[in-house]
Amino acid sequence: MKTNLVLLLALSSLSSATFAAPLTFNFKDPKGVNNAVFKLDAPLEAVNGNATGISGTVTFDPAAPAGTKGRIVVATSSLHVGNPMMQQHLLGEKWLDAAKYPDISFEAKELKNVKTDGDVTTADVAGTFTLKGVSKEITVPTKFTFLKDKLGQRVPNQKGDLLVIRANFNLKRSDFGIMPGQMEEKVSESIELTLSIAGAAPL
Amino acid sequence: MSKSVLRTLAWLVPVAALAFWAAAGANLGWTKTTVPVKKTDEVTGITVDDYQKRFVPGVDFLGVAFLGAGILIGASFLFHRQQPTTPSN
Repeated sequence: MKTNLVLLLALSSLSSATFAAPLTFNFKDPKGVNNAVFKLDAPLEAVNGNATGISGTVTFDPAAPAGTKGRIVVATSSLHVGNPMMQQHLLGEKWLDAAKYPDISFEAKELKNVKTDGDVTTADVAGTFTLKGVSKEITVPTKFTFLKDKLGQRVPNQKGDLLVIRANFNLKRSDFGIMPGQMEEKVSESIELTLSIAGAAPL
Repeated sequence: MSKSVLRTLAWLVPVAALAFWAAAGANLGWTKTTVPVKKTDEVTGITVDDYQKRFVPGVDFLGVAFLGAGILIGASFLFHRQQPTTPSN
């Protein structure tokens, strides 16, 4: 009886080591470093800015990254450019209409072409991107870096893991109803987006 | 306000604006009220532009100054040249 119990305990610890559980990472960043950078070409000066109001969760299993799912949300009101009048227009009714559409989001549904090398996984993440109330299916080349036991280095007295996600992709503003076919000589149709975010999975 | 005062201001304003614009970095883009300062998180390697308040005049600032000079010049034509008074005998 005692031998059976010991064997059962040994088997259960072996299975938990072999099949790592998916971890849920929270991307609300107390350090304020998580950001999305946007860039649109324009004749005088490119429209450059960033957004730091990032939140959301991603479930990631370092042993089986292909099953990654999650949703990242950017607060529209957190988008910022250096010129105050441009800022006002950007968040105004004609452009992003931040008052009516407070969130920009990406929901990851499936990973394709998954390649893992140590703690780094690259994949094409297919999902739904929602901007100004319009949702479109897109695929984004993404890099995931799993930092085991590094949460304590960022947040004192906290144990856990970090997941860094980096992605760079382009969208067309007309696909999301942002001044379609208008002012193309002043503000380019193409929006270049760069996402650099880190999520925490406390123990 | 006399014609001469207006015309003096009309060249002083754009000259002062040009001097200020050049001293502030001769920004050939739009005027900015915040500028990005890079901040890097050592643990994750993520870099973010932390926008800080600073006034950086751009070409639109110069445009307003020259427009103002044009208005001052135009206003100066509303004043008649003051004729010198001759004493009567």
